[in-house]
Amino acid sequence: MTGSDLVMYDNEFQKIDGELQRLHQQANANVVFLVDKNGQLIASAGDTHNIDTTSLASLTAGNIAATGGIARLLGEKEFTILFHEGEKDNIHISLIGQRIILVVIFDRRSSLGLVRLRVKKTSEVLGRIFDGITSKTEKEKVEGGKASESPFAEISDEDIDNLFK
Amino acid sequence: MSFINYSSREINCKIVYYGPGLCGKTTNLQFIYKKTNPEQKGKLISLATESERTLFFDFLPLALGEIRGFKVRFHLYTVPGQVFYAASRKLILKGVDGVIFVADSQIERMEANMESLEDLSINLAEQGYAIEKLSYAVQYNKRDLSRVAPVEEMNKLLNVNGVQWFEGVATTGVGVFETLKGVAKQVLLELKKHY
Repeated sequence: MTGSDLVMYDNEFQKIDGELQRLHQQANANVVFLVDKNGQLIASAGDTHNIDTTSLASLTAGNIAATGGIARLLGEKEFTILFHEGEKDNIHISLIGQRIILVVIFDRRSSLGLVRLRVKKTSEVLGRIFDGITSKTEKEKVEGGKASESPFAEISDEDIDNLFK
Repeated sequence: MSFINYSSREINCKIVYYGPGLCGKTTNLQFIYKKTNPEQKGKLISLATESERTLFFDFLPLALGEIRGFKVRFHLYTVPGQVFYAASRKLILKGVDGVIFVADSQIERMEANMESLEDLSINLAEQGYAIEKLSYAVQYNKRDLSRVAPVEEMNKLLNVNGVQWFEGVATTGVGVFETLKGVAKQVLLELKKHY
């Protein structure tokens, strides 16, 4: 498999979750999401009950990918911030370290200025956490992984067949 | 690029349906959507034009079940097949774990198939993938139509590496799950190699 897979353990997840919770509060946001650039939802904070988070993650990644395509056509490396303004809700999307997308949904109880300020601070922290995750994944790959604990070492054809029953 | 989350015990993988315009990529997804239990699937999202041609992508999240205590989720995407959507097609291949090439079996579409396959190789190469190393299968779709090329001939033209291939009639579901399973299996066995 080319490129690096994203492998996240509980310890890192807790850190990320803590950061998102904090951002959710400090930015007075409705919902905060973290999405992999490939469209996988990583974590969320806030009121997600009425939102189809999986679809939102995939469409956000598509949005960032399309904007990235436009950027390259114009000779820009990337547009790192997208902002969509609606009648009630607004959505602020920003790219962290070329790999992770931070999405903040907010309404009139917050403001674009506040969201931008808080997102900037959170991005720095999250960037460091993900740098850690990436180097850890790479290291494990080189060392042949943690084979003894890996749940995948034992995958059998039968396991896979069972998925499709 | 799979996403393995030990915290929520989930594995997420991305599979892309590729192929020329009107070959049946969206139809494959629609059939899977129709035949899966509601608790196993999310919404089928289609970013399409008014005439129901795919504009950017279709997306279907599937939760198939568990392997060794890990929930296995596949995110299925289709690309827009029409030639002039080349830029969008490239974007959707990002971070792909497995590709299903859907070929149109009608004789007059053979050139379009070959062109699309060439386009796939180029786009994969740009992302640093090689088709031979990727989890990959071919589906010869529309086998129910009258003027179709024999499978042997299609294999010669579109499957020189002799990868797994399936005959399909996506409108009625023939071969649809078989193809998905073929590639899903390759993706999971690939994970086994690395982790």
